[in-house]
Amino acid sequence: MLDILNLEKQFGGIKAVDNVNLHVKEHEIHAIIGPNGAGKTTLISQVAGELMPDAGQIRFMGRDITFMRPAQRARKGLARSFQITSVMLPMTLLENVSMAVQSRKGHSFRFWHAAANDRELIDEAVMALDAVGLSNRANRVAKEVSHGEHRQLEIAMAIAMEPRLLLLDEPMAGMGQEESMELVAVLNEIKKHKTILLIEHDMDAVFSLADQISVLVYGKIIATGGKDEIRANPEVQQAYLGES
Amino acid sequence: MNSCLPRTLSGIVYTGVIVVLALMPVFVQLSGQIFYLDIFSRIMILAIAALSLNLLIGYGGMISLGHAAFLGIGAYCVGIPVYYEIYNGWIHLALAIVACGVFALVTGAISLRTKGVYFIMITLAFAQMVYFTFVSLEEYGGDDGLVIELRSEFGSWLDLEDNIALYYTIFGVLLLSLFFVHRLVHARFGRVILGSKFNERRMQSLGFETYRYRLVCYVISGIMCGIAGLFLGNFTSFISPEMMDWTRSGELIFMVILGGTGVLFGPVVGAGVFILLEVWLPQIITFINGLGLGAKLPHELWHLIFGVTLIAVVLFGRGGIHGLLTRKKRP
Ligand SMILES: Nc1ncnc2c1ncn2[C@@H]1O[C@H](COP(=O)(O)OP(=O)(O)OP(=O)(O)O)[C@@H](O)[C@H]1O
Ligand SMILES: [Mg+2]
Repeated sequence: MLDILNLEKQFGGIKAVDNVNLHVKEHEIHAIIGPNGAGKTTLISQVAGELMPDAGQIRFMGRDITFMRPAQRARKGLARSFQITSVMLPMTLLENVSMAVQSRKGHSFRFWHAAANDRELIDEAVMALDAVGLSNRANRVAKEVSHGEHRQLEIAMAIAMEPRLLLLDEPMAGMGQEESMELVAVLNEIKKHKTILLIEHDMDAVFSLADQISVLVYGKIIATGGKDEIRANPEVQQAYLGES
Repeated sequence: MNSCLPRTLSGIVYTGVIVVLALMPVFVQLSGQIFYLDIFSRIMILAIAALSLNLLIGYGGMISLGHAAFLGIGAYCVGIPVYYEIYNGWIHLALAIVACGVFALVTGAISLRTKGVYFIMITLAFAQMVYFTFVSLEEYGGDDGLVIELRSEFGSWLDLEDNIALYYTIFGVLLLSLFFVHRLVHARFGRVILGSKFNERRMQSLGFETYRYRLVCYVISGIMCGIAGLFLGNFTSFISPEMMDWTRSGELIFMVILGGTGVLFGPVVGAGVFILLEVWLPQIITFINGLGLGAKLPHELWHLIFGVTLIAVVLFGRGGIHGLLTRKKRP
């Protein structure tokens, strides 16, 4: 479904992404793990279209999307969540998620009917909030809710887009143990009918969710495989698992 | 029972403003203060212009310092046809819509590629281009401007030569504009505009081509301001490039901030307070001097008081006058 071919991205002297090849198949969760600064976010930003690669190609559903704008990719079925929460802070949670629903209901050059009473938007937004356990907070302003709720909102917005492929950048970042477990349950539910490229530091989460795991170190993928393969890989143990 | 009566302080004030505007001609008739019909016609025209600017600044986060250009273009869309003895108001209106729409489309397409201070500067630059274009048009008076001998004719049912008819026409257009902006900002389109102000990057990653929505918003705003300009031309009967000077754009921004950015009714209050201060402050100084208290205040002092008042409202009433009216007591 997603094919990343020979992707390169350099920042000054650092090769943040160094000749990366990655293939995500339909209906699998493919996790990327790697130490801080390994280039995980840089990789996802290129898939989402916010960063232009220096070289290489990104193919999605068999089409070359390397030069598409982020919004175009989103409408093709790519949704991302942000490692550092990025939402419309002055809006309510419901409004934030409604925006995600609105985006896939065709163009928004609609000038007359109030979006706040638009069942077409609200019903599905409430469903997405429900899925992450936020429906009782729907009318709270995003600025005022907790960090954990921000993380949940990120996921709600991404799934409300009903994407073909979800790109999740450390969805559990900064979450408590309990919140993380809840989110793992949510993702396990989503997993049944979605493809996910997951970046995550939380090893328990990764090993309980992922079908495939790739290990990224200094911009290079040093191993890709199933859970057992990755656990057993000596290079991975040395470079990453051993340290943490 | 009284569910349609306003309950909040701001709601009461804004309803009061509408009632005052609606009854002003009656007051003028009774009191003979003809002067106030002029003042309030001007206030309403500038309110429509500020309303259109609020769409950009308040809802869209696009701070344009060139909005007076649309006022000027709208006014010249009356002035130039009248110069050629074309008095049909519908032609003036169509011209204003097309001219401002095209100008907004072209300049917006370029300006909206930039952000922040660059956007402010580039909108200013485009407005100055228009300003100097009209200064150089000797045929239409250049620097000296153009006298509009007869006002737009919209048909036998409406005689704009009658000041009260003109007043109520402007009043009607103001109400329509308020209603229109209200619908617009609450509709899906308005949501996208607002969302892009709060977090453009996220809106793009949700799939919105924010540039296109902003451009359409810019065009709508420009056309609205052009219509205000059409009435300004009719109202003043004398137009000159001075009305699109960048200081005029600055005044419009002040009106928006004064009333409260992103508040539907803010620009109406902002325009009203701005113009009334401008009228009353010199009168107050004259009055104080007339009391014979010894030392005479320099007349120009009113500029200083005016400036300080504006700055005070902006600084201390965060959210402008609307902010003052809706402020909750901190426990
Ligand atoms: N916009 C940028 N400009 C310059 N350097 C950058 C930029 N973004 C990332 N980098 C650098 O590229 C490298 C990879 O960063 P990236 O954010 O992709 O890492 P990461 O794997 O997501 O790390 P983390 O686990 O901390 O989120 C880092 O050395 C970082 O400093
Ligand atoms: Mg990262």
